Amino acid sequence: MKFSIIQFPGSNCDADCHYVLTGLCQTKADYVWHGDSELPVTDAVVLPGGFAHGDYLRCGAMAARSPIMNAVIDFAKKGGLVIGICNGFQVLCESGLLPGTLVRNQNLQFICDDVALQVVNHSSRFTKLYQSQEAVSMPVAHGEGHYYIDEAGLKDLQANQQIIFTYTDNPNGSVADIAGIQNQSGNVLGMMPHPERAAETVLGGSDGIKLFQSILAGA
Amino acid sequence: MKAKVYITLKSGVHDPQGEAVQGTLAHLGFDQVSHVRIGKYVELDLDAKSIDVAKNEVESMCERLLANPVIEQYRVEVIS
Repeated sequence: MKFSIIQFPGSNCDADCHYVLTGLCQTKADYVWHGDSELPVTDAVVLPGGFAHGDYLRCGAMAARSPIMNAVIDFAKKGGLVIGICNGFQVLCESGLLPGTLVRNQNLQFICDDVALQVVNHSSRFTKLYQSQEAVSMPVAHGEGHYYIDEAGLKDLQANQQIIFTYTDNPNGSVADIAGIQNQSGNVLGMMPHPERAAETVLGGSDGIKLFQSILAGA
Repeated sequence: MKAKVYITLKSGVHDPQGEAVQGTLAHLGFDQVSHVRIGKYVELDLDAKSIDVAKNEVESMCERLLANPVIEQYRVEVIS
């Protein structure tokens, strides 16, 4: 399986994702620059964490309008797998690939901590190696991780089992404790916690590696 | 021409920043303030054939980039 990791000016988790994919998961991954207008031949796209374009205007706003995003949107609409982590989740919401948006944390503080999560939907293409309702721990590092969606949108998410991860102890005010969602067709995932930073016991935990392994297991 | 864009949070969208500012205003003695909402102001210089054309263009910019319709609304003023 071959991944494409998109690099925006200000991305800072691109190398972590590359290491987890190529080093720990023994699969292939290319870096793709945001200014390119085409993706290389690829099986899955990763939008990594960071602060693309300095989070100016709104987090993810400028990155979502990058030339490469037209190709990513086409890829997703044809059923290609896309995963956005942290800033990548914000970019996916701004691009319209995922509903809702991410706003300032309720307590106005930047939160950098390990958080307890629950795998609410373990039948997704991103979570099939987790147990039902499995409790996992992953780090978050965000100032704008408060997921917002209106009531009608929330009902849609719930009705279609689009909520993948929830916080056990909601740190940021997210609607319905949402930490990660997928699109209706189940090929685009966005999440604020960092699975790539929880991929090795030696670095504090390995609950995140199963997310990447789930994708590979489905290939 | 000059365009002024006022971007504000839709009613119902929580604004913790506004609440924090209201709290600090109260600390300063401005306790008559019951509600604060914070938005963005954008000024643009642009070329257009008429005020109406300019307004349409800027509204399109708001739809596509300047505002996020999930949480924000906008108002555009154009001065020749």
